[in-house]
Parts: sequence; structure tokens; C-alpha cells
Amino acid sequence: MTPKTLYDKLWDAHVVTAYDDGSALLYIDRQLLHEVTSPQAFEGLRLAGRKPWRLDANLAVTDHNVPTTAHTEPVADPVARLQIETLDRNCAEFGVTEFGMGDPRQGIVHVVGPEQGATLPGMTLVCGDSHTATHGALGTLAFGIGTSEVEHVLATQTLVQQKAARMLIRVDGQLAHAVTAKDLILAIIGRIGTAGGTGYAIEFAGEAVRALSMEGRMTLCNMAIEAGARCGMVGVDAITIDYVRGRPYAPQGELWERAVANWRDLVTDDGAEFDRIEVFDATAIEPQVTWGTSPEMVAGVGAVIPDPRQVEDAVRADAIRRALEYMDLQPGMPLTQIPIDKVFIGSCTNARIEDLREAAEVVRGRRVSERIQQALVVPGSGLVKRQAEAEGLDRVFSEAGFEWREPGCSMCLGMNPDRLNPGERCASTSNRNFEGRQGQGGRTHLASPAMAAAAALYGHFVDIRDELGG
Amino acid sequence: MSIEPFNRHTGLVAPLDRANVDTDAIIPKQFLKSVQRTGFGPYLFDEWRYLDHGEPGMECSQRPQNPDFVLNQPRYAAATVLLARANFGCGSSREHAPWALRDYGFRAIVAPSFADIFYSNCFKNGLLPVVLDEGVVDQLFQAVYDASDYRLTIDLPEQVVTTPHGDAFPFTVDPFRKRMLLEGLDEIGVTLAEQAEAIRAYEQRRAQEAPWLFAAR
Ligand code: SF4
Repeated sequence: MTPKTLYDKLWDAHVVTAYDDGSALLYIDRQLLHEVTSPQAFEGLRLAGRKPWRLDANLAVTDHNVPTTAHTEPVADPVARLQIETLDRNCAEFGVTEFGMGDPRQGIVHVVGPEQGATLPGMTLVCGDSHTATHGALGTLAFGIGTSEVEHVLATQTLVQQKAARMLIRVDGQLAHAVTAKDLILAIIGRIGTAGGTGYAIEFAGEAVRALSMEGRMTLCNMAIEAGARCGMVGVDAITIDYVRGRPYAPQGELWERAVANWRDLVTDDGAEFDRIEVFDATAIEPQVTWGTSPEMVAGVGAVIPDPRQVEDAVRADAIRRALEYMDLQPGMPLTQIPIDKVFIGSCTNARIEDLREAAEVVRGRRVSERIQQALVVPGSGLVKRQAEAEGLDRVFSEAGFEWREPGCSMCLGMNPDRLNPGERCASTSNRNFEGRQGQGGRTHLASPAMAAAAALYGHFVDIRDELGG
Repeated sequence: MSIEPFNRHTGLVAPLDRANVDTDAIIPKQFLKSVQRTGFGPYLFDEWRYLDHGEPGMECSQRPQNPDFVLNQPRYAAATVLLARANFGCGSSREHAPWALRDYGFRAIVAPSFADIFYSNCFKNGLLPVVLDEGVVDQLFQAVYDASDYRLTIDLPEQVVTTPHGDAFPFTVDPFRKRMLLEGLDEIGVTLAEQAEAIRAYEQRRAQEAPWLFAAR
């Protein structure tokens, strides 16, 4: 048999009908829904008099709009409240399981799916959200879709898809102490660019990737979309299986044994061919900080802001010039001298328990700098929050001067009241530093949880390796 | 839902000369709170287009416009074709981005490349994304700047973009998407009519192979 990549295996197992042009009607095993991209899809079903094809394949949560102050209070913003209530109403009407506000399992859709075992290896999984790539960490074919496609999946449990080209990103060697999955993915995007993965399904592999926990792998796959790829994935191994075991939606007993036997094959076969291979040396990767308005505008923490006059490509030089203007930064300035106003630890990239532990380790027994106006910790889900509280992390953060919040997307995109004011500069563990992403006129610097936590203590970025004794 | 068919369109071109235009720029997040599919046009590129901060439901006719933003220049007021740079539509999966572009009046976007999800979302909304070579796009930018009323003709059946001087640039499009857009078909209706049996057969086979995927909790 011809050796196959993981992507090919996942694809082939889900083809309902193959079309002549290479596209296929793919079966979708799981759809996750949230309040922002689903109302028009449910409305479409209603108008056409259609029913969901397979109710139990869907799971809904509220996350984007929810306030991160007490979830028992009514939502103050009437427009946000309408959207949240619309999801509640749609789920009730159509019979979709929802973890709504006040449910301890509520949280960011990409944290909740894997945490519940609703994301399983070998599945196809979609959600009306680009960071659905996250779930690929479990050996799942997972990708973000638009609202029309959400409706298509609700109605038919399938999607017409074009097959992507295959890219292997192999990371050799080990990441240095205090250098995390976030630094790795930022460094990858820095090299291949935000459009580098367009048209590809990326598989992350190699020694450094194998060594990552599931949380780390999720961080990695989460930002595959920031490299332009619609999905990222990691082959199944013992770490994957240990992670899934015993989760509420995971198979049990004899079905579990059968599933595991099947999942062990969810790796790329030796000798399988990729359309493109990129190799990285993990040992060379430093803690990363973005300085611009696109995730590819990133550098090691020891670097200085680049000079657009030294960039040959005119379109790129122009992009850098605009970015520096928006960010109010000067070429040649060290990244460690950028003064920070706010710190956000959260988002589907970095709000799992391991991320909170890493940040807490940095701040334990210390104080947030005077110049920081607000430092938020927003756990990825209600269950992450409980776990962190059981470990006393909430107190570590509160005592240091961080605000300990309820789960949701929060300042990752500022649809709820957590956002930046014009001109404010934020060290953020989220995934997008686009203009206005965290609030109109706000300036975002992406970094790992430990780097963001340290920035809160100093009021500027520092090399976390010095802090943690790298 | 059926969509407005796209066949052959001739329209005034507006040049949006920056790379990596993301969906947050196309339609900022505060407008995503709507539960409708329509009404996003006035807020298209809101942060670039206006000098004040936009909020959903705002009446836009009196808002202070940014005179430097290309769509605010009177010569492009009637544009229906957007000329853009690489990686247009990157970022979030929000279909609000094509909804806003379509609602504003655009029927086609020409760029050297598009982000995947955005590209696919366009087809569902009667908006045709056309990929042309970087070099060709450069030429078109120049031509748009040089002429006062520059129009392109985009022919979907023939898969070709034609300039006023008669230069013709072919483009590719998947047959499936082409059919949906040409005929303005309701894709869900098509899948249900043509594939329902195949989907059921797949489910039966798959439930044998991988029963844990069908064990309702
Ligand atoms: S945390 Fe941010 S990136 Fe993740 S789903 Fe929420 S808004 Fe999107």
C-alpha cells in the first residue's frame, strides 16, 4: 500500500462522494457552535423548514460575547445579550446541547471541545471560527468555516471541500527551558509568513512537537490559521490517548479499546510524501514578541524593531511602515523597551491549565508593575477555572495584582466589555495583533503566558529565560 | 438559501492597495453582534472609512469620513469590483466580511491570493473572488490609478477578466463552485437532493467501522 500522510488518512475516511475535480463531499463528525456565527445559520434552517441532520453531532457554547465578570449577572450590553439569548433559543428550539452562561462547563469553544472529549482523534470537526484548527492537535481534521457552511453542516452533516496540499513542519531538537509552544508557532509564522500556509494542511512533527503536552500542541495548531493554513495537526501518540481517556464525551469500556486501536494508526506513514517540507531547529528559538499588526511581524525578545528602509520588497516595506505608525514604534528600538499598559492572559491559544500554571509560576509572590493599568487572567473554561482555583493559582494572580475572571474570549477580540482603549498597548497571550483587534486603536503584542506575565511585573517585556533561569 | 447568480459583470474598479487585509478590518467585531445577514454595507471597512468609532445600528450618513480612504473618493463611489493585494480576507472566519462587501455593492474581488475561508465564504454570497498573477494585479493597479473610469469585465462562464483595452486574463475556479454561483443554487438543497442517500450509506458503513463516533451520549 502507498504510504499516506495523516491528512490523507483523515480525508479518505470521511469522503462520502468524490467529485471529478478533486473536491469531495466530506462527512463531518462534530460541529461546535457559538453565538456569533450561528444565528444566521439557524435562521436559514428555519426559513427553509429544515431540521438538523444529526443532533448529537452538535455542541454549542457561548463564549465570544460573554462578560468575564460574574456570570450570574444579566449581560449589560443589549446587542450582546440578544446574540447570547438567540443561541439559547436556537439550541432549545432545535434540540442542540448547549453549555450556556452559568454552566460550569461553559468556556471558549476550542478549550471546551477537547476538554469534554467532544473532540476525538480521527474525527472531522468544524466550527464557525477560524481557530478550529486548534483541535487538530488531537489527530483530528478540524477547520473553521463560515456561517453558510455551518448551516450546511447542520442540515446535511457534510461539506463540499477542496483537498489541500500537504505541508510538513518538522521541528528538530528540543525547545530551550522557558521557551514554549507559543514561541515556536510565532517563530514558524515569522519565517513562513501569514500566507505561507495558504492552501495547505499543515502537519507538525519532529522531536520538539512530540515533546509537547496536549496543551502545547493545541497552542501550536491553534495558530496554524495565522500562517494561512486552514488546519494544523499532530499525529496521535500516547500523550494524545492519555489526554482523551476518561473525558465525558470519550468512548468508554470496550468501545474505548476499539477506538484506541484505531487511533494508533493516525500518524503519517514512513515514506509518505508531502508537497512542501519546512524544517526548524528548536534549539535556535528564542522567546518571541510581535511588534507589528500581523502575527508574522515577530522577533526574538532580544531583537530590535526593524527598519522598513532596509526592506527591499516595496509592498512589505510599506506594510512595516504602516504597522510601526499604528503601533507608534521606532525602528531600532529594543523590544524589551516597549512600555506596556495592559496585560491579557487568556484566549483559545493560551488559557488552558498549563498556560495558567506557567504564568502563575512567574508571578508567584511578586507584584504587577505600577505602570500597568489592568492585568487580566481569563481562564479558557469553567473547568479550567475550577482546576486553577483548586491549585491556588487564582490567589497567586490576585495577590500579585491580576484580576481573576470568568471564562470567555474576553480581550482576545473585545466583543465583551474587556478591551483596549485607543493608544493602549497590551502584552497578550492571544493570537491576533491586527489593528483594532483588542479594541479600536489598541496595540497588541503577542507573546507566551510566561512572557506576558513577566511583562506585567516589569511594565515592559523581559527575556523570560533570565527570569526562569534558562 | 438561494443566492444571486453571477454570470458576466462589468464594473468600476476601486483599488485597495495593501496586503493582508484582514476580516477585522473588513468588518470590525462590534458589528458581529447582529443576528442578521444584511445591513453590514454601511460599516464595511468601518475603522478606515470613518474618523469616529462605529457602533452597530449607527446612522452612517452623517459620520465624519476619512478623506484618505480610497472608497471615500468620489471617483470610486460606484465601484463594484475591488482590486486588492495578496492574502485578502485573512483572519477570522466571519461570513460578515463577504456579507458587508456584497451589501456595499461589490460583486467581485480581484487579488493575487485570498485567505481560504474568506475565499470559500464569498461563493456562498454571490461574490466572486478572482485570483490573478501578482504581476497582472500590479498592472491593473497602475491602470486604475491612470484612468478615471476604469472598468473590468469579469466573465464567469468563460473564466476570463477583460480590461477596457481588450487584454484578457484567464482565471481558474472549481467547477462545483462555478455551478453554484452561475445558477445561484441553494447548496444545501442540492446536497440534500443529490446526496442524501450517499450520506446515509456512509453513516451506516462508518457506524460499523467506528461505532464510538455514533454512540450518542
Ligand atoms: S479566544 Fe479569541 S481567537 Fe479564540 S475563539 Fe475566542 S475570539 Fe476567537
